[in-house]
Amino acid sequence: MSQMKKKQSVGPVQTKYVTFAEPPNELSLELGGKLGPVTIAYETYGELNSDRTNAILVCHALSADAHAAGYLEGENAPGWWEDMIGPGKAFDTDKHFVVCSNVIGGCKGSTGPSSVNPATGEPYALDFPSVTIADMVNAQRHLIDHLGIEKLMCVAGGSMGGMQVLQWVASYPERVRSAIPIATALKHSPQQIAFNEVVRQSVMADPAWRDGNYYAYGQPEKGLALARMIGHITFMSVQSMEEKFSRRLKNVKYDFKFGADFEVEGYLRYKGDSFVKRFDANSYLYITKAIDYFDLSGGKLVPEERKADPRFLIISYRSDWLYPSVQSQEIVRELKMRRMDATYCELRSTYGHDAFLVEMDEQQKLVRHFLDKTFQGYEVVKAYDS
Amino acid sequence: MTADTLRLDYRIIYDAVEPGARVLDLGCGNGDLLYFLARDKQAKVQGIELNDEAIYQCVRKGLSVFNSDIKSGLVEYPDQSFDYVILNQSMQEVTNVDFIIQESLRVGRKVIVGFPNFAYIAARFMLSFRGKAPMTKALPHLWYDTPNVRCLSIADFKNFCREKKLRILKAYYLGSEKLVEFWPNLLALNAIFVLTGAGEEEAASHIAARRLDMKAKSC
Repeated sequence: MSQMKKKQSVGPVQTKYVTFAEPPNELSLELGGKLGPVTIAYETYGELNSDRTNAILVCHALSADAHAAGYLEGENAPGWWEDMIGPGKAFDTDKHFVVCSNVIGGCKGSTGPSSVNPATGEPYALDFPSVTIADMVNAQRHLIDHLGIEKLMCVAGGSMGGMQVLQWVASYPERVRSAIPIATALKHSPQQIAFNEVVRQSVMADPAWRDGNYYAYGQPEKGLALARMIGHITFMSVQSMEEKFSRRLKNVKYDFKFGADFEVEGYLRYKGDSFVKRFDANSYLYITKAIDYFDLSGGKLVPEERKADPRFLIISYRSDWLYPSVQSQEIVRELKMRRMDATYCELRSTYGHDAFLVEMDEQQKLVRHFLDKTFQGYEVVKAYDS
Repeated sequence: MTADTLRLDYRIIYDAVEPGARVLDLGCGNGDLLYFLARDKQAKVQGIELNDEAIYQCVRKGLSVFNSDIKSGLVEYPDQSFDYVILNQSMQEVTNVDFIIQESLRVGRKVIVGFPNFAYIAARFMLSFRGKAPMTKALPHLWYDTPNVRCLSIADFKNFCREKKLRILKAYYLGSEKLVEFWPNLLALNAIFVLTGAGEEEAASHIAARRLDMKAKSC
């Protein structure tokens, strides 16, 4: 039986690049302004079938990248959704062609504030135009065109990745057969904006930020590390922090010198410091703003007169207080008002917002079965055969 | 597997629903009924269910289901979103029965209500002669772990419909294996009613019109 098959990795993978929107045909941006040329970093796993109906686009969250599965040369850690993507896994690369791309505004190979501005020969820094989730999705659409895919079988992602999923439905409903937004929202609440603002302020308060022009000097390390520490607190839950750290000490006793006495302090410092090495501070500013600007509430997700009816699978996590279940239920409410075909499930987990990256069993099952039906219809549902 | 192998109440509801109908099942359980309605009758189905495991089973069958309680499950639906709203073995588990039925009739043209008959002969016997809270095949729970919060008989429900001016389009009285012909309030374990608030003819014509529409699209 295929489900019993040992789950494997997609193995060695390579990041690929595509460049488009060369001047004078720059990408027009939602808030005005233009961007071009635009490079997108992406990876693909599995094979596109001959009628090009098995493509799945996976969208990443705030600080991730195009490397969603498998192993890049010289790296020991797999991609960020390794447990979900691969042969026999929820996004089954034996059946489906999975695409993941880095968002524009990012710093993992796609054009962003750390890219060289062709007009000056220097990094864009704050000359980079404001980009929105809609712009990120518009850029992804160019990639999907480039890959020769007319209609995506599914667009899936968690957190900001879930916002891109929703934006795909709003912007290009006729090109999406199904959508899986996980642990996400139609719009940021004031609490979420507040956290993002504190995160941005901590970057900008670091003198090393130099109004964004730090590329010749090095990252604003202190500010960016602090920003990431704040982020990590919001990704966990009371329970997961208790389980992971409790009040355990790094050393035998307190040092009374404002060092990292507790394990949780050491963890946050470690996460902050390692983040500085892999993520551009300006990208963090641009992307958190894009998330805050995102708003598909009030009927913008699915207009009353619509051209297509994508199916939805919406997942939230009970311990996620950053993107609480009520925000997923707001998505559900919009879909009910439009009589859309949708499934919503609030999963149990103690991992908080991180759950969609680490709590796999139920999420895998729901996604696999949802995709089976989307791809093949009721006739092949094997529910009664075993 | 076909719908013939379903349990009796599911079979009756399955037969009562026209092909191509839009169906909302409040408390759809593991989705057995909805699965066959969707697969063999091309019904456009949606479930609402509270139990996690049941939801996984529904998704496994390819069904769409919302993780919600039925009390708050209907608010956002526009009027007459469905041809049928099913309340099978779930009505007696909610306190605000009147509200749920009114809401069901708002979002659905017809409502199918199935419930255990508390006036079944064995239940009467248990209460009257043994002095114990009734337990029957349709009321399998002990008094302290029953999900039922409303105890009603077939006669009670008919009164309710009269009072609330609900039209009973069809009534089915179920024994353990087959339908009961006589003295249902005494001899039926369960009952299934098909109700409407609006005129039946109007509801039927809407379904027929949409079926034609569906045919036209599939041609």
